[in-house]
Amino acid sequence: MGSNLLVNYESVTAVILFGIGFTNLLLQKNLIKKIIGLNIMDTAVYLLLATQGYIEGRMAPIIVNGNTDPSLYINPVPSGLVLTGIVVSVSVSALMLALTIRLYKRYHTLNLDEILRHIQKEGH
Amino acid sequence: MENFRLILLIFLVLCALFVSFSKNLLVSVVIFMSYSLIMSIIWVLLESPDLAITEAAVGAGVTSVLFFITLKRIGAIGKEHPDEQDETTKEINSRPAVKQFGKFYKGAAVTLGAAIIFALLLMVSNLPAFGDADNPYNNEVSERYLEKSIEETGAVNAVTGMILDYRAFDTFGESCVLFIAAACVLILLRDDKTDTTAKAIQDEKFEPVSDTILQTSAKILFPAILMFGIYILVNGHLSPGGGFSGGAIMGAGLILHVNAFGYKKTQRFFNEKTYKRVTVCALSFYCIAKSYSFFTGANHLESHIPLGNAGDIISSGLILPLNICVGLVVACTMYAFYTLFKKGGM
Repeated sequence: MGSNLLVNYESVTAVILFGIGFTNLLLQKNLIKKIIGLNIMDTAVYLLLATQGYIEGRMAPIIVNGNTDPSLYINPVPSGLVLTGIVVSVSVSALMLALTIRLYKRYHTLNLDEILRHIQKEGH
Repeated sequence: MENFRLILLIFLVLCALFVSFSKNLLVSVVIFMSYSLIMSIIWVLLESPDLAITEAAVGAGVTSVLFFITLKRIGAIGKEHPDEQDETTKEINSRPAVKQFGKFYKGAAVTLGAAIIFALLLMVSNLPAFGDADNPYNNEVSERYLEKSIEETGAVNAVTGMILDYRAFDTFGESCVLFIAAACVLILLRDDKTDTTAKAIQDEKFEPVSDTILQTSAKILFPAILMFGIYILVNGHLSPGGGFSGGAIMGAGLILHVNAFGYKKTQRFFNEKTYKRVTVCALSFYCIAKSYSFFTGANHLESHIPLGNAGDIISSGLILPLNICVGLVVACTMYAFYTLFKKGGM
């Protein structure tokens, strides 16, 4: 066990959120809540990434007055990575919600167990 | 400031827990929306304003709208128990073997979740300290981006310079992901066009009710929102924001317009044909423009695109047109998602 558990409280929160989202994915029977669980996992990963780029007492990576001294600004790399991730996660949720609507139209339920039972009954 | 951050983080965990335990789907979605808003405040505190704007516009705004419209489409709003089971499922669930397995499954799932949290906590405790400038992540890569960003790309905002110049192909792939997602949703939710009478009835059903309060406020808000979106879009290389957040705000403005004035009025300036043309043109322009700079850069040829005076609106070479392209794709996609979810067509 390392010694930085309490110093890294932001990362600790991210990890706990990841666990909550994962447990949601396993335990919820409702498809919409499963999707929300996956979204929580997404944001947890982004929080962990963005936390790594933060440097205490420095500014956002927007160059002020042409002063390009890197010791004034935080690390811009995680921001760029997470920006990409946020938009992709919206596409993923939209696709999953569309699939949910199709499933609901066919089986008239959001409960995964019942959907599976209907599929079994149809013999697929 | 540190206490404030701590309180927000605790709220974040509480929101996630409430989402999991809430029985009502609408309540879950609303709490998830506030979760995203708290997340965007945390990003302001972490000195990442780009992320904050994008999360507020995309995460809290558009994602929640998509969840709401899904609930509306399947009529789950207001239902107390969305998990209600029919008789056969109840009968199956009351069998002793199934009950026992259910208990075992729940226990195993919680144990697995706790085990994952524990393993990751072990990892976190060995990570370098939070906010320390000597962390191994803060190496020569980030230094080079910060030092050379203005000189090489002309962008004052180093994050924009990075995602639209150094790693512009990555952003191109991402815009394509959005386009592909919209295409998949189109395939999944599109109406059957052959049945015209049913479609006419359905169109009427999905036409929003004419609401004076909504229309009057939309008349004032729609130009303001569109203007704000364009401002964020074209200032992407100077201030936080850029294509993704500006585009999402413009898409939200279009969604407001369609809700207030109905599809007929919106279709006058935005229909499926416009969507196809704008998206394909924006993506092709992005691809050609970036291929040009890739070709000249890789072959040590002189690029003929002037970088301009850093800090001006018209500066930083290709970044401004690329930002506008990305913004158009995002705005069209967000609007397309909404209309496809709402009535299965544009």
